Amino acid sequence: MSIVNETEVVDYIYFFGRRHIVEQILKIERIEKYYGNKSSLTKAIDNISFEVDKGEYVAIMGASGSGKTTLLNCISTIDRVTSGHIYVSGEDITKLKGNALNKFRREELGFIFQDFNLLETLTAYENIALALSIQNVKAKEIDSRIRDVAEKLEITEVLKKYPYQMSGGQKQRVASARAIITKPKMIMADEPTGALDSKAAKMLLERFSYLNQALEATILMVTHDAFTASYSSRVIFIKDGKIFNEIYRGGDSRKVYFNKIIDVVTVLGGDLNDAL
Amino acid sequence: MMLFKLSLKNIQKSIKDYAIYFFTLILGVAVFYVFNAIESQTVLLNVTSNTKNIIKLMTNILSGVSVFVSFVLGFLIIYASRFLVKRRNKEFGVYLTLGMGKRKVSMILFFETILIGIISLAVGLLLGTVLSQFMSLLVANMFEADMTNYAFTFSKSAMFKTFLYFGIMYVLVMIFNTRLVSKCKLIDLLHSGKKSEKVRMKNPVLCTLVFAVSCGILGYAYWQVTGGVYRLSSEKDIFIPIILGVIGTFLVFWSLSGLMLRIIMSIKGLYYKKLNSFTLRQISSKINTMVFSMTVICLMLFFTICILSSALSIKNFMNDNLRELAPADIQFEYAIDPEQENHTVEELLKRKSLNVDEVFKEKISFDTYMFDDITFQTTLGSAYDEAQNNYSFLEYTAREEFMKLSDYNRLAELYGMPEYVLEEDEYIVIADFDSSVEMRNSALKNGETIRIGDVEYRPKFKKCKKGILQLSGNHVNAGYFVIPDNAKTDGHNARNYLVANYNAGNEEEKIKIEAGISELMENTWNNDRISYNTMLDIKESSIGLGAMVTFIGLYLGIIFLISGAAILALKELSESTDNRERYCVLRKIGTDEKVINRALFKQIGIFFMVPLILAGIHSVFGIKFCNSILETFGKDEMLKSVGMTSVFLIAIYGGYFLITYFCSKEIIKERK
Repeated sequence: MSIVNETEVVDYIYFFGRRHIVEQILKIERIEKYYGNKSSLTKAIDNISFEVDKGEYVAIMGASGSGKTTLLNCISTIDRVTSGHIYVSGEDITKLKGNALNKFRREELGFIFQDFNLLETLTAYENIALALSIQNVKAKEIDSRIRDVAEKLEITEVLKKYPYQMSGGQKQRVASARAIITKPKMIMADEPTGALDSKAAKMLLERFSYLNQALEATILMVTHDAFTASYSSRVIFIKDGKIFNEIYRGGDSRKVYFNKIIDVVTVLGGDLNDAL
Repeated sequence: MMLFKLSLKNIQKSIKDYAIYFFTLILGVAVFYVFNAIESQTVLLNVTSNTKNIIKLMTNILSGVSVFVSFVLGFLIIYASRFLVKRRNKEFGVYLTLGMGKRKVSMILFFETILIGIISLAVGLLLGTVLSQFMSLLVANMFEADMTNYAFTFSKSAMFKTFLYFGIMYVLVMIFNTRLVSKCKLIDLLHSGKKSEKVRMKNPVLCTLVFAVSCGILGYAYWQVTGGVYRLSSEKDIFIPIILGVIGTFLVFWSLSGLMLRIIMSIKGLYYKKLNSFTLRQISSKINTMVFSMTVICLMLFFTICILSSALSIKNFMNDNLRELAPADIQFEYAIDPEQENHTVEELLKRKSLNVDEVFKEKISFDTYMFDDITFQTTLGSAYDEAQNNYSFLEYTAREEFMKLSDYNRLAELYGMPEYVLEEDEYIVIADFDSSVEMRNSALKNGETIRIGDVEYRPKFKKCKKGILQLSGNHVNAGYFVIPDNAKTDGHNARNYLVANYNAGNEEEKIKIEAGISELMENTWNNDRISYNTMLDIKESSIGLGAMVTFIGLYLGIIFLISGAAILALKELSESTDNRERYCVLRKIGTDEKVINRALFKQIGIFFMVPLILAGIHSVFGIKFCNSILETFGKDEMLKSVGMTSVFLIAIYGGYFLITYFCSKEIIKERK
């Protein structure tokens, strides 16, 4: 009896300790993604490995065609890797199939897309509710959770509106609400500011920082915009399907961090400069 | 040849888009062939020349209807092909940006139309040939011909006709497509499908109000054709419930989606369950945008159901009716002319060496009487003015026909009609023609008297009694009078009748006897004072009429059904591009494939069911109305024909539903 209890306690302490040091949420192990056939092979992702811890805010930067969106699609199981493994909370998601994939996407991930992907036939409220109702959450609980998240993202007043009645920034915040309401392990954002003007983009990014800091949400964001990336805690640069560089914000102010990012981008060259 | 290859590839590639188009074309070709091939099938039937004439008339009418049908199908095919061209706008946009001329794009469409035309004609004819074998069973059954010499039939003339009519339709489609391509602008082609849709919610209070009003309108229309049917006094009045029905249907669809949405939205547990909110919005936005088409489709379905169930039961009805309307084998009538020498029918027949006693089993002979001063007008009395108002075209100066009571009772015994007893000064009117019964009833109610000799006769009953004198296929007895035997009728003899049953054990012997009589009457006897009706004649013509109505009803009903279902299916599929993106979003946020498919099934199912349900409700009253004007079918007949109608509905409408579902499923699966 006493021995069993002892091991349990040890496990707990170990787990607890580890949790405080690093709780690894995403581990990517030598993934590759090829397109095309034998005669013309395109390596969209060429042997990429990295890890993301809980509560991190990671930006993935790269020129168009660098493979950053492919990477995000592979992690979010929208696309499949050719080889390698992706572990989310220790579970190898490259092994998942069919409905298990949908279940994973539904319960573990939250998505934010460049073009919002809101259903234009539904109101903001209903769009957000949909993410919960497909998880069979009760209507009463849905309501209280939506009110809660809407307040955090400052969209309470647009809940009754249809997408066509909202501004781009509002739409993107509604989409963000839909992404986080299911309390996902990770939020995947693909060029979230791509379709927004600078003011709306800034507001959205501030909300992201709030989600990251106050709610400890893990965010993985693909962007080619250095300003957007400067809100993150780490930037991974990708060039031709490979990791080119990686910088941490650490204790830097956003301005210093932004300049560091610009420096890398300059070295990286290519059309990323144009994007600035 | 390049273009031809491209066309072929296109069809292969977009076979699921073309599924509905193909299905419609094939069904159209098959139905067209089947109904035009009836003529060649009836050639083989072993029927009398009389029936042959009726069949000829029927096939003539059917080919007339075919022209109408080809218009309907032509419209449908052009509509469907426009839908397909629109769906491929982007593809054409790409061709045009590559520098392909509009002429060449038209050529691609031209080849495609030809290919599709050839394939659909071939498959449709094949299906039609198979179906027409079943049709020949139906034809034989209708005309009660024996099927011993049944043979596989293929009608070349029907085939050529199908080629011709559908060829013309395809040429029209080509012309329309070419126009469509030449008119369009490249920028629109490339940007097609990128439109943001505004969701307009109708005012829920207004919706509820409109829905209530439309229910009221429909309820009133329903009442008018059933409970209040006696109030419809003229033919024109029937348009009131029809127009009310159309308006009511339109308003129901106008208000339905808003109302339905509101009601279900208020039940939060249901609305926020799985994809219900999404599905409901999809349906309501679709119903909202096509109120007009929904109304047309619903009414088409309504007509289909009514036409089919009435047409299918009319033949059986006619057989039943026959027992009442032609209760004896033969009935002769001889006009007595005081200026000339007169004989009884029996004497005349005997003189023509017809052995009356041998040929006829039961026979009765009697005279009827007419008086110059007793006409329709005088017997109506004070009811004449009203009658004149309602039916001005009737000949009110016609002399009335009188019959002695004992003669009537003998006739009644033979015909199976009720027998009567009269006081010295009473009369009865026997009639079964509705409008004249109505007029005479008001006269009888007024107690109009008739003077014959020095006796004043008064009506025994306040209403006409149902009955006939001459054999006939319909209720056309405008009325005759039965008076006591001792009435003063000397010198007023107007007609001599002979009513008899053949001395025959079975149908064949009857036909033989009748053939002898008709030969006698037609070839050796040129006397326009004698005429006769026989049960067999009446039966044949009423069977012919029944068959005619049945076939035309089937033809039109099926075509309407195909049109309605095809339009609905195309409407549903035409928004597939928008839908595809929506379902893509659902998939991205992690909805299970099963849940998505179920939502799609629900969406299309409800979309198809809504007009059908309303049409079904309409039909309940519509069929009741048909019932009351045709005074037809009993409950059993009704069930049978409604059952048959359901089979057609499920086969065709259900077929379209399934194809739409599977096509939509494929379309939403597509990756961008």
